[in-house]
Amino acid sequence: MNWQWFYQLGSPKWFYQKTHYWQHWLGAFALMMLVVGAIWGLAFTPMDYKQGNSFRIIYVHVPASAVSLAGFYIMALAGAAGLIWRVKLQYTVMSVAAPIGAILTFLSLVTGAIWGKPTWGTYWQWDARITFTTVQFFLYLGIIALQQAYRNQNTADRACAMLALVGTVNIPIIYKSVDWWYTLHQPATLKLTEKSSIAPEMAYPLIWMILAYYICYVWLLISHTNAASLRRERKSSWVQALFSDRNATKVT
Amino acid sequence: MVLAARVCATLSKVSSTASRTDRNAAPALRLDNLYCERDDRVLFSGLSADIYCGDTVQIVGPNGAGKTSLIGLITGTGILDEGEIHWQGKPARGYHFYSNLLYLGHAPGVNISLTPLENLRWYFGLNGVKSENGSGILSDGKLLEALATVGLEDYDDVQCAHMSAGQQRRVALARLYLSQAPLWILDEPYTAIDTAGVAALEARFQEHVQSGGIIILTSHQSPKLNPLKMIDLANYQDSEFGKAETTLEAGADE
Amino acid sequence: MIELPGLGTVFGRTFQREFIMGFRNRGDLANPVIFFLCIAIFVPLGVSPDGKVLAVLAPGIIWIVALLATLLSLDRLFQSDFDDGCLQQVMVSGQPLYWIVMAKVLVHWLITGLPLTLLSPVLGLMMSLPAEGYWPMLVSLLLGTGSLSLIGAIGAALTVALRRGGLLLSLIIMPLYVPVLIFGSAVIRNAIEGFAVGGQIAVLAAFLVLSLLLAPLAAAGALRIGVQA
Repeated sequence: MNWQWFYQLGSPKWFYQKTHYWQHWLGAFALMMLVVGAIWGLAFTPMDYKQGNSFRIIYVHVPASAVSLAGFYIMALAGAAGLIWRVKLQYTVMSVAAPIGAILTFLSLVTGAIWGKPTWGTYWQWDARITFTTVQFFLYLGIIALQQAYRNQNTADRACAMLALVGTVNIPIIYKSVDWWYTLHQPATLKLTEKSSIAPEMAYPLIWMILAYYICYVWLLISHTNAASLRRERKSSWVQALFSDRNATKVT
Repeated sequence: MVLAARVCATLSKVSSTASRTDRNAAPALRLDNLYCERDDRVLFSGLSADIYCGDTVQIVGPNGAGKTSLIGLITGTGILDEGEIHWQGKPARGYHFYSNLLYLGHAPGVNISLTPLENLRWYFGLNGVKSENGSGILSDGKLLEALATVGLEDYDDVQCAHMSAGQQRRVALARLYLSQAPLWILDEPYTAIDTAGVAALEARFQEHVQSGGIIILTSHQSPKLNPLKMIDLANYQDSEFGKAETTLEAGADE
Repeated sequence: MIELPGLGTVFGRTFQREFIMGFRNRGDLANPVIFFLCIAIFVPLGVSPDGKVLAVLAPGIIWIVALLATLLSLDRLFQSDFDDGCLQQVMVSGQPLYWIVMAKVLVHWLITGLPLTLLSPVLGLMMSLPAEGYWPMLVSLLLGTGSLSLIGAIGAALTVALRRGGLLLSLIIMPLYVPVLIFGSAVIRNAIEGFAVGGQIAVLAAFLVLSLLLAPLAAAGALRIGVQA
């Protein structure tokens, strides 16, 4: 009987009822955080003495990289929970985490390239971070492609959860390998990722933005999970009831 | 529970004339409240049945009713979302269950680049004879004997790719003459088999059941097997309203 | 209590079966090797026939070609067993899937990875690989192609229930091949440049051990998902 709460955690209906009232407030809050962080970072932070104003893109770039990598683990954990306890909600979380993660990874790559042009004079540089992020992007794409390929939802979910787990085991190995590969080939003229000495007035907005990205990520995850749950459970009585209520109120 | 009682009643009604094993014994295979949906469509729900040693059970229903899905649930090649299946009192999974099972699927499990003999060698290498008296590895002589029984005596060194669909099915059916597994689950065993073959197969089924075995099969033909019990999937189709009434009416018709 | 045949019998019979099947389909057997050698013509045609240029490219090209040849041969690994119902029979046999996958992958490696490794000196010759590179190349391919087959089996299992899984299989597996590619080609390159390669070979061996332990497990899980589709 005490396990009741635990199984509720896997119920899309329970999750929807608990979250759909405040998910919009969370969204508004996340957007506010993003706007405040962006203004802070773009307008009220001193210019970098070496890179000038172009460094300000880190306020978009660094949080995107951080959250996109964390997103892979969140996706894999959700998939593992789905495989172990055979719960629908966790599969849904996993399946919506893949596109969100892929978009964040893409954002990280694009902003990195834009940052690269004024700083190093090239959009693309085969540096360890960029190469790893590209591989990570393809890992995400593989999961999305596998998901699309199966017609049966349950099979797609289980196969993707398995692939996400395999990917998670591999990510540290890939990361270390790429890192090692870069030291092997590193051209002496370029030293890109040495900036442990960031000034506090630059660091605070960055921390703020990372936090904002995480909140934004959670909001996206919750709202997309709810949307996907409604689509997946469209035949079930609770979704039917939900929409017949709405239609009824509209008519009257 | 009403449903479960009904199935048992139907089962015993059909088989009441035949001599049979002890009714009071626990069922060998127990299907309890099975539920199956496929692509958002409920195929059956609340399906329960007790199957005893010596039973021959035919799963009937029109195309798409879920006969193969039900077989998938029992053999574990499908996902059981709701309900329970017990073999001799324990969940029907793992070594406990599979060491008693002979399964013949829609696809026969015969590789076409191998000869019939090589196919059987592989199959019995994995399964053994599933007999209570130790898992003897079968000699090639025994395998050839079984192939001769299903009418393939001159084909033991021909690749299955060069054989007809019916002959390929016969390679799979040869397993029935060697395996001593108590529980046979056969999905459309008569597919592509000629009339003489069907008669031989039915004789083998009869023999297996009389020695205390269980056969669960699907078929669009009506097998000449006595006593034959039915699980009619039409009785378990999901109708949210008045399930009890429709069941009672069906019972009254009988 | 009914007893099933032991692990030795299961592994042996599966190995025997796969081996016979491999040799019955000789065409499939030769294809990866022919592909491997075809690239040896393409690179000089597309890049440059200059021995110096080729020598620089050789370690990477040899490894990339080995990787692609393995990928191409992978989509048949479980496909025919899925189509003809043998995979279902394996599932309901009650035997451990881990060892059956292991036997299948071992045969796959014996008929693709091993021939590729043995033929690689020919490719080295055509690509003007410096003499110091040959032994490291053989060792790195011997260890690395094993990992490639094992990791690839996961992809083959994940796409087994899809009609045309070939390209998707490549897409999901290629990122996972990155570490093997990096260390495999580094072994050859370092050897040519006169550095020690023991460390990289040890890493490749570690990848192989890790793949041996985990990949059949993941592939077995994925096969179960595929059959239950």
